[in-house]
Amino acid sequence: MAALASAAALLVAGSADAEAPTRVVSMNLCTDQLAMLLADEGQLLSVSHIAFDPLASPMVEEAAGYEKNHGQAEEIFAMRPDLVLAGVYSDPYTVGLLRRLGVDVVQFPLETDFDGIRANMLKMGEVLGQVDAAQRLVAQFDADLAALGPNGEERPSALLHYANNYTSGDKSLAHQILLAAGFANATTEAGITVAGSVPLERLVLLMPDLVISGQPYPGASRAEEVLDHPALRVLQQKQSGATLTDAEWVCGTPFVLRAVARLVDIRERM
Amino acid sequence: MTLLSLDNLTVRRGECPVVDHVSLSVHAGECVGLIGPNGAGKTTLLRAALGLEPFSGASSLASLSAAERARAAAFLPQARQIAWPMAVETLVALGRVPHLPRGSTPGAVDRAAIDDALHRLGLDGFRQRIATQLSGGEQGRVLIARALAQQTPLLLADEPIAGLDPAQQIATMQVFSGLAQEGRAVVVSLHDLGLAARHCTRLILMHQGRLVADGAPDDVLTADLMAQVFGISIWRQDSPLGPVLQPMGVL
Amino acid sequence: MLLRIWLLTTLVILFALSVLTGPAGLTLVDTVRALFLGQGEAATLVMREIRLPRAILGVMVGASLGLSGAAMQGYLRNPLAEPGLIGVSGSAALGAVIVLQTGLAAAWWLALPMAALGGALAAVMLILLLAGPRGSSLTLILAGIAISALAGAMTTLVLNLSPNPFAASEVVFWMMGSLSDRSFDHVWIALPFMIIGWVLLLSLGRPLDVLTLGEDAAATMGVETRRVRMVMVLGIAACVGAATAVAGAIGFVGLVVPHVLRPFVGARPSALLWASALGGAAMVLAADLAVRLILPDRDLKLGVLMAIIGAPFFLHLIYKTRGELR
Repeated sequence: MAALASAAALLVAGSADAEAPTRVVSMNLCTDQLAMLLADEGQLLSVSHIAFDPLASPMVEEAAGYEKNHGQAEEIFAMRPDLVLAGVYSDPYTVGLLRRLGVDVVQFPLETDFDGIRANMLKMGEVLGQVDAAQRLVAQFDADLAALGPNGEERPSALLHYANNYTSGDKSLAHQILLAAGFANATTEAGITVAGSVPLERLVLLMPDLVISGQPYPGASRAEEVLDHPALRVLQQKQSGATLTDAEWVCGTPFVLRAVARLVDIRERM
Repeated sequence: MTLLSLDNLTVRRGECPVVDHVSLSVHAGECVGLIGPNGAGKTTLLRAALGLEPFSGASSLASLSAAERARAAAFLPQARQIAWPMAVETLVALGRVPHLPRGSTPGAVDRAAIDDALHRLGLDGFRQRIATQLSGGEQGRVLIARALAQQTPLLLADEPIAGLDPAQQIATMQVFSGLAQEGRAVVVSLHDLGLAARHCTRLILMHQGRLVADGAPDDVLTADLMAQVFGISIWRQDSPLGPVLQPMGVL
Repeated sequence: MLLRIWLLTTLVILFALSVLTGPAGLTLVDTVRALFLGQGEAATLVMREIRLPRAILGVMVGASLGLSGAAMQGYLRNPLAEPGLIGVSGSAALGAVIVLQTGLAAAWWLALPMAALGGALAAVMLILLLAGPRGSSLTLILAGIAISALAGAMTTLVLNLSPNPFAASEVVFWMMGSLSDRSFDHVWIALPFMIIGWVLLLSLGRPLDVLTLGEDAAATMGVETRRVRMVMVLGIAACVGAATAVAGAIGFVGLVVPHVLRPFVGARPSALLWASALGGAAMVLAADLAVRLILPDRDLKLGVLMAIIGAPFFLHLIYKTRGELR
C-alpha cells in the first residue's frame, strides 16, 4: 500500500522539461502503467484498452481518466501524438506504420527482473521529460522493497502453474517476485529453467509447498481446466492457502511489490 | 385350420388404391400361387398382410405382436439382402431367432430345423461357404432355407424363384408343395404360370389391386382371364407331370 | 471366445503399459508401490490422480466409440457408417462447447454430458432422416459432410466468441480429441452415460443379426424395428456424447475397429458389438500410448493419429464399395 501512496504523491509532484512531449499515447499495458505513474497532467492522452481490464491492469481507476485505444495505427495517428509508447513485442506493423507516418515511437523492453523495472522507470522518466520524478519513484521502490524485510534462512518452494501446464522459467518477473518474497521456485530448482509447458506429472512430483496458479479468465477452456486438476487440489489442501497470479504480476511496475508483500505474508504464516 | 385371413384389405398410395378390398383366407395344406402382371399389387398385398405396410381392413397376422407373428408366419422378401459376409449356416440359423428366448443358445431342436432347411434346399455342402460370395441364385436358396428354418405354419414368399435356373425353380416349387403336403401352408408369388399350375393347389389372380380370380389352377388359368389380365394368348397342353402353359403372343 | 480372450489380454497389457508410461520417469517398482500401496506421496498422486484416470478414460472412450461404430454399421448395414465421420461426434462437441462457454457446465455437473448427448442425438436423428433406414453410402456420406462442417464451424464460432483467450485455440482439441491431463472428475461425468449407452447398444445384438437380411425380413422375425431404431439412436448418443464431452471428437475408431474384427467373428453383428467394444478400448489405449511415446512433450491429438491410421481404411472401403456409390 505504501508503494502506491508514494507513487500517487509523485504523480502530483512531477514537473515537465521544456522539450518534453505533450501529446503522448501508450499502446501497451506496461507502458500504460509507467506513463500514468510519471506523466504530467494533460501530457498523456490515451492508454491501451487492456489498462481498463481489471484482470490485467492494477490501474483501472486511473485509466478511466484517459482515452482508450486498441493499438491500431489509424486510431492512434488520428490522436496526433508527438510520442507513442510501445513494448518491444507490440505489433511491428503498427509500430512501423506509425514511424513511417512520422510519429516518434519509443519501445520498452520486457522487465525480467527488478533491475529491469528500475531501468524502465528511469527510461520512461527520460522520454516523458520527468527524470526527477522517475528517480524519486525508483528510490521509493527500493525503500518499499527493503521495508518488506529480510528473507528467512529457509526458502519454501513455490510452483508457478499457468494454463496448459505452463510455468515461467528463471528469466521471468514472476520468478523474481518469488525470490524477493523469500520463496524458491520449484521448477527452476528442479532444473526446469526454460519457460514452457511441463507435463502435470512432473509438476506434481516436485511436491511444492505452495501452488501459485494463473488467474482464470471468464468463459471456460481446457487449458485452464488443468489448474483445478484433482492432483493439484490435493497439494493445495496441504498448504496454508493457494494464491493466484493477477494484474500485479504482469508488468514491471512498483505494483509487483504488492504481490511480493502478499507472498511474504503467506510465507510467514506457513 | 385357417392360417391367414384378410378382410377387405386396402392399401392406398395417395388417393390411388394399390390393393383394393381384398378378402381371402389361407388354410393348412394349401400351396397358394399369387399371380398377376407387374404392378398388380402382389408384393404390397403380402407386405400389408404381415403388417409391414399401413392398410385399412383386417389381417389376422398384422394384429399379432411382433414375436407372435414371427412364430405364425415367415416372410421371404423379394429383395435378396445379405448385408454381411456371413457363413451360410449362420444365416440360416437366424431363422431360429423367433424361437429362442432372450439369452438362450440354439438347442437340438434348432439344429435339427437348420439341418432340415439346408437339406431341403440342397445346401448341405454350402454350410461354411460365405453367402455373399455365392451366385445370385445360390443366395436366393440360402434365404429360402433361412425362411424354412423359421418353421412357421405359414410361409409368405415374394418371387422366390426369380433368377433361379430351371432345375432350381422346379426343386424350390417342390419344396413349397412338400411343405403344404406336410400340413403347412405357403403363399408364393411368381410369374411362371406353368410352374404355378403344376405345383400350387390354388391360385390367386390379381389385377390392378383387385382380386380377380381365386380357385383351383384350372379355374384360374383360363384363356379368357389370361387375355383379360395379362393381355396374352396362352398355349396349354396336359402332360403326365401336369399342365404345360406357354404364353404365346401379346394380344 | 478365443478372440475375446485375445482382445482382453491385449487390453490388459495395454492398460498396464498406459499406467506405466509417463513423463515423470518413475521406476516400475515406484509405480506399482504407489498405485497399489499408496507409497510415496508424490508418486501416488501421479499414479492415482493422473495416469490411472487417463488409462481408464482411454478404455471407456475407446469401448464406447468402437461399440457405437459396430452398432451403427450393423443397423445401417453399411461399413462406412461411423459416428465420427458423419458428424455425430462433431455435434456432440458443439453441445459440450456451448454449455462450457455459457457457464452451465460449471453450474451443474450433468450439463456437460447431457449437452454433448443432445448434440449427438440431433445429429444421429438428422442422419437417419436424411439417409433413410437403409443408409445408402452416398446420402450417408453427403449428409455426414454437411453435418460435420456445420458442427465444426459452429464450434469454432462459439470458441471464438468466448471471452477466454485460450478457448479459441482449443478448436483442435474438440475436433481431434485428447486424453491428456484428464482426471477422475471426467471419469465420473462420463461413466453413467456410457454405461447406459453400453447396455442399450449391447442389447441390440440379435436384432442387428437379423437386420442382416433387411428391414422386412427382420420385422417378420420378431424384431420391433421402431424400438430398435430408438434404442440405437439413444445408445449411440449416450456413448458418443459422453466420450466427446470428456475427450473431444476422436474419429475413425468406430470405422477401423469393426472393419478389422468383422472377419474374426464371422461377420455376425452381435458378436461384433462385444469385439468392437474391446477392440476400440485397445485401439484408443494404444493410440494414447503412442501419442505419449512419439512426442512426449507435445499434446499430440489422438484424432491425428487415428486419422493417419483410419483414413486409408476409409478410402479403401470407399474404393471397395464405389459401385454402390454411383
